[in-house]
Amino acid sequence: MRHLIISLAVILWPFSASAFDIEERVVFGAESNPQTVRVISTGDVRVFEPMINGFLAENPTVTVDYTVVSSSELMKAISIDKAAFDVAISSAMDLQTKLANDGFTAPYSSQATEPLPEWARWRQDVFAFTQEPAAVVLSKDAFAGLPMPQSRQDLISLLRQYPDRFRGKIGTYDLRDSGLGYLFATQDSRTSEVYWRLTEVMGALDAKLYCCSSNMINDVASGKLAIAYNVLGSYALSRADKDRFEVMLPTDFTTVMMRTALIPQNAQNKDLAEPFVDYLLQVAWNNTGQTSQQPYDSTATLAGKENSLRRIRLGPGLLIFLDEYKKRSFLTAWENAILQE
Amino acid sequence: MSAEVHSRGSIRRRLMVQLLLGAAVLAIALFFIVQSLARQLAEESQDNILAAAVSAILDTTSVRDGEIQLDLPYSAFSMLSNISNDRVFYAVRFGDDFVTGYSDLPVVTKDDSFGPWFDTTTYQDDEVRIVTAQRRLASGETPLAVEVTLAQTRDGQRDQLMWISQSAAALGTGFFVSVAVLALLAARSSISPILRLTQSVSRRGPKDLRPVAAPVPHEMVPLVAALNSFMDRLKNSLTRSEEFIADAAHRVRTPLATVRTQAEITYRRVEKDENRASIREMIRAIDESSRAAGQMLDHAMVTFRTDHLEQQAIDLNALAAEMIDRLHPMAELREIELVLEQQGAASTIGDTILLQSALRNILDNAIKYSPADSVITLIVSQDAGMAHLTTSDRGIGLPIDDAERLKSRFARGANVEGVIGSGLGLTIADEVARAHGGYLTIANNSKGPGACVTLSFPLQ
Amino acid sequence: MRFLLIEDNMSLAKATIDRLSLDGHVVDHAECLADANGFVSTTEYDLILLDIMLPDGDGRSFLKSHRSALESTPVIATTARSEVSDRVGILDLGADDYITKPFDFAELEARCRAVLRRRGGNASNIISLGDVRFDSLSGTLEIGQDTIHLRNRELRLFEVFASAPDQIFSKSKLLDRLFSYDEGATENAIEVYVGRLRRHLKGSRAEIVTDRGLGYRLSIK
Repeated sequence: MRHLIISLAVILWPFSASAFDIEERVVFGAESNPQTVRVISTGDVRVFEPMINGFLAENPTVTVDYTVVSSSELMKAISIDKAAFDVAISSAMDLQTKLANDGFTAPYSSQATEPLPEWARWRQDVFAFTQEPAAVVLSKDAFAGLPMPQSRQDLISLLRQYPDRFRGKIGTYDLRDSGLGYLFATQDSRTSEVYWRLTEVMGALDAKLYCCSSNMINDVASGKLAIAYNVLGSYALSRADKDRFEVMLPTDFTTVMMRTALIPQNAQNKDLAEPFVDYLLQVAWNNTGQTSQQPYDSTATLAGKENSLRRIRLGPGLLIFLDEYKKRSFLTAWENAILQE
Repeated sequence: MSAEVHSRGSIRRRLMVQLLLGAAVLAIALFFIVQSLARQLAEESQDNILAAAVSAILDTTSVRDGEIQLDLPYSAFSMLSNISNDRVFYAVRFGDDFVTGYSDLPVVTKDDSFGPWFDTTTYQDDEVRIVTAQRRLASGETPLAVEVTLAQTRDGQRDQLMWISQSAAALGTGFFVSVAVLALLAARSSISPILRLTQSVSRRGPKDLRPVAAPVPHEMVPLVAALNSFMDRLKNSLTRSEEFIADAAHRVRTPLATVRTQAEITYRRVEKDENRASIREMIRAIDESSRAAGQMLDHAMVTFRTDHLEQQAIDLNALAAEMIDRLHPMAELREIELVLEQQGAASTIGDTILLQSALRNILDNAIKYSPADSVITLIVSQDAGMAHLTTSDRGIGLPIDDAERLKSRFARGANVEGVIGSGLGLTIADEVARAHGGYLTIANNSKGPGACVTLSFPLQ
Repeated sequence: MRFLLIEDNMSLAKATIDRLSLDGHVVDHAECLADANGFVSTTEYDLILLDIMLPDGDGRSFLKSHRSALESTPVIATTARSEVSDRVGILDLGADDYITKPFDFAELEARCRAVLRRRGGNASNIISLGDVRFDSLSGTLEIGQDTIHLRNRELRLFEVFASAPDQIFSKSKLLDRLFSYDEGATENAIEVYVGRLRRHLKGSRAEIVTDRGLGYRLSIK
């Protein structure tokens, strides 16, 4: 069944008065359907479309109103504007956790949420549905003749050995712009001091700073960059031109991010939000044969690497790096390391 | 004919109730103690972690250039999430200024101690355990206090307490059930000597009055001693009664026998008609009193044995045949024919001696009241669960209007003047029949003259 | 008949002996079991009357110790006790019958007859009176080829006559022998039974003769 897809990127009704910026809005399913579940998400429409269609196939009387925003806008929409969304999906684990901690979520428990592993759920509020590693994307051309590094240590050695070869060809997140980059960086720093050494090395080699993973991968693919550090592995692996680069999951430790869903406290249609979340979690975790519907997941890539995986832990620990004081001092340290001119 | 025993209360029930009440009180106490201990422990462990976390935060504070420096340690929050998935709130204040965290988080009222200070309050609609701690930092001329407040919801603790409450309830219930089972066993085992005693006494035959010899718990010794002594007295008194009956018979009958024999001899020797007539009267009187004595003794024996009824299987055909055989010479004297008619097997449960006594009295009566040269029929039959012994004679019959009265003691028919009899015969038969769950029926023959008396007993 | 009376009550024993003697019986009297043992070992009796309660023991022990010796002699136990409760033991131990004191001698006679009949009797039961053979046990008269069964009162009446042929028995004497004291029979009844006996004896040499005003006697032609 093909669903009518209406792009409403420009038309901002019914949120015309909202104070948050919407990137894209799509309504799935027949407009005449009596019920609508409103989803606010940081995920691309394209990626979520199979899953949403799957949900609509099971619930033909429902319409899915899917709004794409940035993670910080999502936070704002839920916590400040108290916008009437039924489900919030975000890659920003820290913000999702803060929403839950500060009481903006409605607890939910079902046969789909209960079996989740402990690391995939916080309280009865935040539910993870992907596992996506922070990867290092290496240009095959740039590393021609060199051994492919397997860890941050390898990378540091290579950079120190061949500084000229890589100068200006290293990309990483600009932590001041990217919430995900900040999350990865803080978790890296928590795990090992090697992060700071690598950052200093990258800073010394005139690293380029990016807002988003896709831009970095584009530049590696085009040869503009040799190394992209802390890129979302799921993005890199899903690209058509992935044979042009190597997606390296560092063997010393690989930080794993999880996308999470939650039901906001002021959801208007909790009775629709709940089956939607259930469906999302079933697609993600239950091997129901609908893996093709699952957005983003890289679980298969992580198989056999359990020892080096560092899953970002949901919970109040994430609040620490959201603290203004903490953030300011962390960014100061980072700036000192990465901006050496 | 056992008297009704009045019962009030039950030792077993009383034991059970007391033990169960005790167990219930203990189980409830156990439940509350475990619950309050668990609550205390949970609160203490939460307080300890909150205190550790708050002091970890305080440790990172310092003052540089009059400004507070703070590096929230990840471990401070992660340790809070180690025990439960509770929400965490914090606020850092320096002097009177709010520094970071949740600005609306309340501060615990401080007392004179050094802290940290704890309180339980409500924040964001949730119950939170809240801790505030202070540290003084040198700032300019006067030291200023940096104050960290940390709060954690108690969902985890609530869940834990719920779980512990359920466990404690299960524990209490389990305790109660085990004690109940033990109480049941204890009550049963403490009551069992009484039951054993009861069984051993009630299993005894009616004549078994030996003392109880089996060992009993020492609490029961006085009871059993009393019972033994009672049985001993009963045995003596029963023996005395039996001996008295036998003795009385002997004492009365032997002199009567002498007198009667002498009277007969005299009668043979006397010639004068008027003297013979008076001696005949004398002999009649002797016969009457001896028969009366016999029946009275019979009746006494029937009464005595009815109280201690033996239960044996009795073949009524054999009993009837034996009785006919026994009474044959008596009947023959008057040329009365005794005919036994057996209509199939018939047996009952009871006391042979009593049944013989009843049947003999009925047949005696029949012989007594039958004319010479007649027939008396004894029919052994059965129907509808009853066995019947029916004697039918050709005598003068019975005044049927009197039937019930005839069964009472010393009652005689209004039409039997001149025949020796004490009137106890039917009473004896009636009492024996009723003692065996049967009855006595008195009727006149439907065809011709004569009476028809039936003893009926339940079939075996 | 020869009786052994075992009875400790002297006056009852004496009266019993006298009474039995009146009917022409011979009676030895033992006062205790010891005496009785002596009598039994030396003399053969037709019948033993045994009192159950004796000063030197229970009559039942006598029955037990003389079981073999008593095979040929019937025993009738006499008891003053409540008869049924003693009955079983007495009969089981070998007594042939029992009778309760005080007893009617007519009953005793009847029981003796019954006991002896059961035992089978012997030659002494048979009396020959001319061409009539009288068996007092079976109660039969044999005249030539004919056997006549006497009924009870006919038998008892004939026994009286046969015991003393030619002796005259008054009607009242005969009445005493035939009827109990409470039966109130009249002398006419005697005439009825005498009439019956005469019919049985017709054609034989025995005859019951009426002596007017005196009574009847048995005469053998």
